[in-house]
Amino acid sequence: MNISQFTTEASKYAVHVDDLFYLLSIVSGIIVLLVSGAIVVFFALYYRGSPTPRGLLPERKSREIEIGWTVATLFSFLFIFWWAASVELLQDSPPKDALEIHVVAKQWMWRFQHPSGAREIDELHVPAFTDIRLAMTSQDVIHDLYLPALRLKQDILPDRYTYEWFNADKTGVFHFTCAEFCGTDHSVMAGTMYIVTPQEYARWTAAQPEADDLAHQGAALFHSLGCSGCHTPGSTVHAPDLHGVYGRVVHLAGGQTRTADEAYLRDCILVPDSTRVEGYPPIMPNFTGSVQEGQIVALIAYIKSLTTGQDRETPTASPKSSPQSSGG
Amino acid sequence: MTDATLPFVPPLDSYGESYLDDGHTVMSWLTTTDHKRIAILYALSITVFFFIGGIAIGMVRLELISPTGLFLTSDEYNRLFTMHGIIMVWFFLVPSIPATMGNFILPMMIGAPDVAFPRLNLMSWYLYVGGAAFTVYVLFSGGVDTGWTFYPPFSSQYSHSDVIGAAAGVFVVGFSSIATGINFLATIHMLRCPGMTWFRLPLFAWSMYVVSFVMVLATPVLAMSLLLISAERYFGLPIFDPSAGGDPLLFQHLFWFYSHPAVYIMILPAMGVVSEVFACFARRRVFGYAFMVYSMMTIGVIGFMVWGHHMFVAGQSQLANLVFSFLSFIVAVPSAIKVFNWTGTLYRGHIGFEAPMIYALGFLGLFTIGGLTGLFLASVPIDIATTDSYFVVAHFHTIMVGGSVSAFMAGIHYWWPKITGKLYNEFWAQFAAITMFLGFNVTFLPQFIMGWLGMPRRYHYYPAVFQVWHVLSSGGAVILATAYLMPLVYLTWSLFYGEKAGDNPWHATGLEWQTPSPPPRTNFLRPPRVDVDPYDYHDFGRSAETGDEAQARPQGEPT
Amino acid sequence: MSDTAGALQHPWPNLRLQREGVGLGMWLFLASEVLFFGALFVGFAVYRSFNEDAFRIAGAHTEIVYGSINTALLLTSSLTMTVALRAATTNMRDLTLVCLAVTAALGVAFLICKGLEYREDLKEHLFPGPHFPLSPPATQMFWGFYWIMTAIHAVHLTGGIAVVTVVFVLFKRRIIPVQGSTMEGVAIYWHFVDSVWLVLYPLIYLAGRS
Repeated sequence: MNISQFTTEASKYAVHVDDLFYLLSIVSGIIVLLVSGAIVVFFALYYRGSPTPRGLLPERKSREIEIGWTVATLFSFLFIFWWAASVELLQDSPPKDALEIHVVAKQWMWRFQHPSGAREIDELHVPAFTDIRLAMTSQDVIHDLYLPALRLKQDILPDRYTYEWFNADKTGVFHFTCAEFCGTDHSVMAGTMYIVTPQEYARWTAAQPEADDLAHQGAALFHSLGCSGCHTPGSTVHAPDLHGVYGRVVHLAGGQTRTADEAYLRDCILVPDSTRVEGYPPIMPNFTGSVQEGQIVALIAYIKSLTTGQDRETPTASPKSSPQSSGG
Repeated sequence: MTDATLPFVPPLDSYGESYLDDGHTVMSWLTTTDHKRIAILYALSITVFFFIGGIAIGMVRLELISPTGLFLTSDEYNRLFTMHGIIMVWFFLVPSIPATMGNFILPMMIGAPDVAFPRLNLMSWYLYVGGAAFTVYVLFSGGVDTGWTFYPPFSSQYSHSDVIGAAAGVFVVGFSSIATGINFLATIHMLRCPGMTWFRLPLFAWSMYVVSFVMVLATPVLAMSLLLISAERYFGLPIFDPSAGGDPLLFQHLFWFYSHPAVYIMILPAMGVVSEVFACFARRRVFGYAFMVYSMMTIGVIGFMVWGHHMFVAGQSQLANLVFSFLSFIVAVPSAIKVFNWTGTLYRGHIGFEAPMIYALGFLGLFTIGGLTGLFLASVPIDIATTDSYFVVAHFHTIMVGGSVSAFMAGIHYWWPKITGKLYNEFWAQFAAITMFLGFNVTFLPQFIMGWLGMPRRYHYYPAVFQVWHVLSSGGAVILATAYLMPLVYLTWSLFYGEKAGDNPWHATGLEWQTPSPPPRTNFLRPPRVDVDPYDYHDFGRSAETGDEAQARPQGEPT
Repeated sequence: MSDTAGALQHPWPNLRLQREGVGLGMWLFLASEVLFFGALFVGFAVYRSFNEDAFRIAGAHTEIVYGSINTALLLTSSLTMTVALRAATTNMRDLTLVCLAVTAALGVAFLICKGLEYREDLKEHLFPGPHFPLSPPATQMFWGFYWIMTAIHAVHLTGGIAVVTVVFVLFKRRIIPVQGSTMEGVAIYWHFVDSVWLVLYPLIYLAGRS
């Protein structure tokens, strides 16, 4: 293993972070020099018994000095804050059409699911020069996906989604690892990230063992779990039609509004009572325990596909795609 | 009315006799309500816990010499760093300066015969020792593997170790901390001697005042969060369980609402101690006394509003990140001011180079490094890159441990003649002080570097590219351990063979020095009164030749 | 008046200052307690805002009769405690003792009532776990908080009763005089425990029935 697997600045954002780091290092260096310099000089001048004259410092002067360095410190700190905040805002919200990779963390391994359906364990292939968004959840305790070369880190919580996004501009082999203490084998919950050119990524995807893409898997589940019984336009049961729901703002029975993102759709499957849409009866069953994390990912991918262009008809049961267990 | 005002009359037989001679049996110590003896009890017990925590991390540092480990399993490794964290944070750093020097010096400094509630004070010590000993027993008999932070759902559902036992001990110790805080606040409010107005309080007394507030208001929140974790673990109540609608982040918010102010519980008393030391050994009034007081208050108040900077990557909103980042920069301002003021105190002084001064300078250096790296971590993007890495480990050790322990040692050496009546060997003390500063930097500067390079914390096995930094750091830890052991030897030596110190060997101005060493049971032979501001070390405007040390004007005198 | 000298303790210079000091210490302790319960209430508020329906459903299953009786008991006990304090400061020893006894008795009555309520709750299996009768799952959250909040309050009240009993005995045997600073501290603590209940009562019993 090579240190460049950690230190390479693999994205523009990483360069900005490093610049901020260098700025702060210089500021800190100056302050350390000033303080230690002053101490050395004072020691030399005013060591006990040395014949330097020691007068009274006028009250007014000492107050002016005091106010002076308070204000100077305040403004330099505000300047650093402004710089830091503007770098943070670069990472504000991921572009809409980012390539979305699902991450499931568990003690002590990583599982990645690509939109194509390809799956990897403890290895991650991503294309460079592409916006990539990682939608992450945990099956047990809190983990944290740390991507050193991208200067990114994000905790991964159970029963909830958190996100990390980046646009890498260097190809290569990099290290990733878990940064939130998660038990016995925390220190070996690590893996390798391959940032490759988009062409290579396409070749890699094509070379993966035959598997349906996520949305297809989700469509099969949608049918086999019985979702389609209610959530189809022609159904006699009064349940929301899911076409076009992704990304829309929904009004809930409790009076709140939520955006129908991954987290919301996930809640709808697992805690339907608290996410019921206004105007619909509380008949949605609770799927906690009867669907696995990987299946939820597939279902959400399918529901998203109903909105994002690649609209497909409500699936007919295809004999080939039985719901796949999410392994592990 | 029945409120007859009685003059303060200590019992006759306590006149003139040192507090050390007020009974020589073990029982006379274990049942004492004398704040000075309770301080000694605390000092002995925190020293024991400090070395237990030190041995734990010594084994960790030894293990980390090799990237694949030397002699521990991962479970043992996790238990050892948890043991180190829990013991050092709650059983050493939090009580260190307040419970020892606060207890001993604070009442004398403000001219009081004792703390406001002497029996409560003794009870605090029993709570502390009972709780801490129980937790240490749990940590030895099986151990806890959650890290000192107890994050659920790992601590509440997945850990196979005695989380409840460890949490119970910490919970009890928390009440000791609260009781001490209440005691100090009541003492400072009600028992200042005549003439000791608020703005004549020495800065150490001010730091005790602010830190007591923080202890009283922050500790209960920790108590509640530990209680909730235990309830979830033992009774299965789903408080932080996401599958029943619970939120693990709520625990982190509650935990850091205590544990960030806890950092100030560790560092504010240190600031108080070095303010005394700088003034005394520079023979100079503390530069900007009023600003020092206000900056401590500001730190105490804003310190309650920055806990979210521990959670930049935990999943809180970007707005929350920005707000907490901003407040963290703001809280750094008063800390920076204090550094400048201490430096300014040296200006035009008569600087000496005694051991307490070297320790205080060591504090200044480490506090500056720790504070400046705090600015790095207050910047969200750098925090995202370096949190949960050795950069953070090095940062908080430099400020909490380097800062607090340097100041703790400065205080011990400064007040040792007062506490024991004996002088220690100055050469060894200076040597230990310099060794400690060097050892600290050799231990933690490599950790800053490897943290920035990407070495995550709490790792048993690590990529071999970081080995060189780990070996350097372990080497530094050996130097540091030597520096910690030396005072144990020469201070003990001084108890038996040290020269008699005299009442005021440093020619200091504080009230605590205007009474015999060691002090009598009631602190002062006659109740003191105060006429002047603190730190009147020499008449300003006079030249060095006439400004000799003996000229320092005491803040007050027995009436 | 000979009692006064015995009431003054080391290291206080006079009784007025000592009373103020004890009062201050007690208020500081209560400030600490407020933060202790505050952490709990914040958690409750956060979860309630996430799961309003569940909390309403769960809250409707609490035993309002027991809750209301207990509220009445505690409020009355605060009244007798206030009388005891007044009596103590004016050195009416007998009245102080009677009022303290009644206060402690009311506290015990509260605990008995609470115990009966717990029995009812357990009969209905309202303890979070696999066989919890209510749905949705977040109703368990309400009941989790119910058990923790009422149990912690009961522990505080038990502590209060113990202190009142001890003080009663000390007064009765004239070990400490009634007009010292002790009574002040005890009264402040008792009222605090009472006022915590006044927050719990609406949270637990009323909000689910609105």
